[in-house]
Amino acid sequence: MGKLKTLTAGIIRENPVLVLVLGTCPTLAVSTSVKNAIGMGIAATFVLIGSNLVISLLKNVIPDKVRIPCYIVVIAGFVTVVQLLLNAFVPSLYAALGIFLPLIVVNCIILGRAEAFANKNGVLDSALDGIGMGLGFTLALCIMATIREIIGYGAFFEKELIPEDFRISILGLAPGGFFVYGCIIAALNKISHGRAVKRKSFDCESCPSFAACGGQKGECAK
Amino acid sequence: MKALLAILLTSMLVENFVLAKFLAICSFLGVSKKLDSAFGMSCAVIFVMLMATAATWPIYRFILDPRGLGYLQTIVFILVIAALVQFVEMFLKKYVPPLYSALGIYLPLITTNCAVLGVVVLNITKTYGFAESMVNSLGAGLGYMLAMVLFCGVRSKVDNADMPECFRGIPITLAAASIMSVSFMGFSGLVTGLFG
Repeated sequence: MGKLKTLTAGIIRENPVLVLVLGTCPTLAVSTSVKNAIGMGIAATFVLIGSNLVISLLKNVIPDKVRIPCYIVVIAGFVTVVQLLLNAFVPSLYAALGIFLPLIVVNCIILGRAEAFANKNGVLDSALDGIGMGLGFTLALCIMATIREIIGYGAFFEKELIPEDFRISILGLAPGGFFVYGCIIAALNKISHGRAVKRKSFDCESCPSFAACGGQKGECAK
Repeated sequence: MKALLAILLTSMLVENFVLAKFLAICSFLGVSKKLDSAFGMSCAVIFVMLMATAATWPIYRFILDPRGLGYLQTIVFILVIAALVQFVEMFLKKYVPPLYSALGIYLPLITTNCAVLGVVVLNITKTYGFAESMVNSLGAGLGYMLAMVLFCGVRSKVDNADMPECFRGIPITLAAASIMSVSFMGFSGLVTGLFG
């Protein structure tokens, strides 16, 4: 696979949020404003690149049996770095992202890429994959945040666009997150005649915990 | 007592972990197809949440915080949870086989469940004491169970409904979750109304 293809795969063709439907928690939670979405996107991209790099370097050192805990420790290390940096330089973003910053550790995109890509590929490819997936995540977050911020809060980048009386404020609240996400995926399905969204339902193969759970295929949903 | 009850109701209903805080969405959408598995998974989550809180709160309060190591909390907490889940799995397998056969398959899923890491981190950021933390975790777990079990009922109807083809599968599941979330917004004034 060409280097460029590896880089661009994550942005559109295998977009983690819109095509693979992973990382739903942060997508729903921080997409209330474009500013937070970009902040979260950059934080996750940084962690993704770092963890992919380190894991692809260590892939021959880490014993297969304990690989998941090892990945989690590497990822947690990078998350701590991001937390400290944001707290020091962008405290307003640190406060806005709140609990979802430490929760990048259990973000299924990052663990998923470690298991599915960095574990098998070289350092450069893994870094490119991290950049692509991170940008794809950021892009998807921005699309959702744009819709929710404009319609729900009548603003874009905190600049007021729509007067108070004409907003649909529920789109900015928790239910709106689920609804906008559902509508975006439905729209993608409609446009591409059902081809774009790779994950068709919430079944075992596409489960984000599949990496951690492994062999016990489908047992949990029986 | 009143304060503890307020915390319990807040984390269970008003700030429901799944429907208001967007934690553990993956498992909420993935394991809510059948009532048995939704219930089993929720029980396992409640169990691990309580154990994790009981383990992480003292670690933070007596080891990390006094030594100025608070910034290590993310790494330490995820490791403690991962080790704990493994340990619980082994313990149940050896000594309580009936419980293991009921909960065992859900335990590996829980290490990467963000509700568990979320609740222990929240307990620290909200500077709760030990009892408050345990009650908060219990409330969070019960809220998760409530959302899972209710949503399971909704889904069995939704899957058979007539809908535009492009909404089938994931989109309609998310839209149904959205409506569930609206219904939980109805609890928003509950705690201030009851406890003033």
